[in-house]
Amino acid sequence: MRSYSTLLGVAALAVAGCTSMEHAATAPAKPAVGYGKAINEADIAPWNIDIRTSDGRGLPPGSGNVAQGKAIYEAKCVACHGADAKGGSVYGTMVGGIGSFKTNTRVLTPGSMYPYAPILFDYIRRTMPMDRPQSLTANEVYALSAYLLNLNGLVPANAVMDATTLPKVQMPNRDGFVRDDRPDAKAARCMTNCN
Amino acid sequence: MATDTRTRSAPKRTPLPKEEDARLESEDRRAFLRKSAAMAGGALAAGGVASASRAAPLPIAPATQEMGRPIEQWAYGSPSKFEKHVARRRTDVLTNRQNWSDWSMSPLQHQQGIVTPNGVIFERHHAGTPDIDPATHRLVVHGMVRQPLEFTMSDLMRYPSVSRFYFLECSGNGLTNWVKTSSQTVQQSHGLLSAGQWTGIPVSWLLEEAGVQSAGTWVLFEGADGSAHTRSVPMKKVLDDCLIVYGANGEMLRPENGYPLRAFVPGWEGNVSVKWLRRIKVSDQPWHFRSETARYTDPLPDGRWRQFSFEMECKSVITRPSGEMKIDRPGPLEIIGFAWSGNGRITAVDVSVDGGRNWQQAELEAPVLDKMLTRFRYRWNWNGSPAVLQSRAVDSTGYVQPTVADLQKTRFTTGFIQHHNGIQSWSISPAGEVKYALV
Repeated sequence: MRSYSTLLGVAALAVAGCTSMEHAATAPAKPAVGYGKAINEADIAPWNIDIRTSDGRGLPPGSGNVAQGKAIYEAKCVACHGADAKGGSVYGTMVGGIGSFKTNTRVLTPGSMYPYAPILFDYIRRTMPMDRPQSLTANEVYALSAYLLNLNGLVPANAVMDATTLPKVQMPNRDGFVRDDRPDAKAARCMTNCN
Repeated sequence: MATDTRTRSAPKRTPLPKEEDARLESEDRRAFLRKSAAMAGGALAAGGVASASRAAPLPIAPATQEMGRPIEQWAYGSPSKFEKHVARRRTDVLTNRQNWSDWSMSPLQHQQGIVTPNGVIFERHHAGTPDIDPATHRLVVHGMVRQPLEFTMSDLMRYPSVSRFYFLECSGNGLTNWVKTSSQTVQQSHGLLSAGQWTGIPVSWLLEEAGVQSAGTWVLFEGADGSAHTRSVPMKKVLDDCLIVYGANGEMLRPENGYPLRAFVPGWEGNVSVKWLRRIKVSDQPWHFRSETARYTDPLPDGRWRQFSFEMECKSVITRPSGEMKIDRPGPLEIIGFAWSGNGRITAVDVSVDGGRNWQQAELEAPVLDKMLTRFRYRWNWNGSPAVLQSRAVDSTGYVQPTVADLQKTRFTTGFIQHHNGIQSWSISPAGEVKYALV
């Protein structure tokens, strides 16, 4: 009987603590036990691939330059993205568009859109090439980042990208974002003779 | 201004409920009463049974005169062979030149009730659908926590489960329909929307078990698919109502919906409910991934972009009659549709049959749940004249669904633009043909 009344008390607390009754009615309290197994951060390393792109935290050792990037691009990327990353059989251009956001034809490329250059590293490493994601080495990803930044006129032809240099590349859209400020529409509930 | 919310569990046929009765146009009402009186008189004369003039005897169907299909030893049932038109469809507005990072849409015009069957829940993937063995799948929780943890599916299913009804909508729902009628059917215009009962456990339980450090204010969800799709979500929302989900509508998730495990972020744009979830990481700031800078951001007229626009704002759409349907004849009919809000529950839906000039309050069908599809209906006596149908929802924050023109006051709407929650119009021709309309 003791455990039964304890359960009832916990259920009552759960209901009282929730704002949404129909959800509260089905929500049990967190059990007093846990089933997770402790794991060492070192064992998570193969999955721990996120880069904090605003400052490059998480970028691995290694480096790559524009020429290396061009060679890798032509071997592994050109089939979908086209010569010089200007658009290919599957995807549109990855070059240009800087300055287009004040026109009616916005061109979204890594050069025009990314606020932080390490986004290139994070995204290429986790997703590319599409038919064999997460197969590129850190050096290859740095090299591809250098090549795409160079095509967009954001680093010189002799640039070398690594964990130190990549976060320092100044992206033109760095200050191009505002945090969500909605609701932005204030419609009235007019019922008759409305427009 | 009418603000009451009428909800009822089931439609009633006779006698007409008071609200519906009052809504019938007076002429119609008189006709109804005359007809009722005539039928009653006829019934009396014929000794209690109304009669119609004789036409043809009903045929006995073949199915009635033979044995049906036997029960199979081991089977998962499928819809009737006569329902093959009810299926997910890729977009027909723009054709992606590959179908791995692509989407398919739910047939909302055929949905019954408020739950979307698992086989037609919309899809949006960034690298196709993986087939993940639950026996080998792992979830890790780490970052700014006291103790990083690893969970098997068996571990996760050992916790008491919670099951909650929520809609799920892609932020790109309607993205091509701001300034032109790109889509013809409601499946194509609004079908990146589904809803159901989701089963799993609160993310907060796992975070509490790992021990979040006090500076931990943002949470990363990462998928185990070939896109390793990733989003940053504020800790406040995660602790409030986010789930990790393994079940949908009474069974395990379908592969295309995240089997065996996904995040579920109620009311927020679908892509933050990361599918095939393998990793939860805690940090003191967002990551600014490509998926939350170059994509899933909303252009503003000054050239900048609205970022972390998570909530799917209050919205509604008429699903019947809707695009490419035909009303077979004038007379009374039920206009039905869905309303939903990522900011709360639906408190009212209004319907206009004259392109937004005049509005009448529709009925809401119970249950009306927080952040869930809500059914509305409105009885309309179509007189055969051209008409433009619209619906407009109001949610529990008081927010009124805007028109596209309202939204264009603050947003840039040329191109493929996310977060379209504007009012949808369907035009009716004298022949009863229903078409997508802009007003």
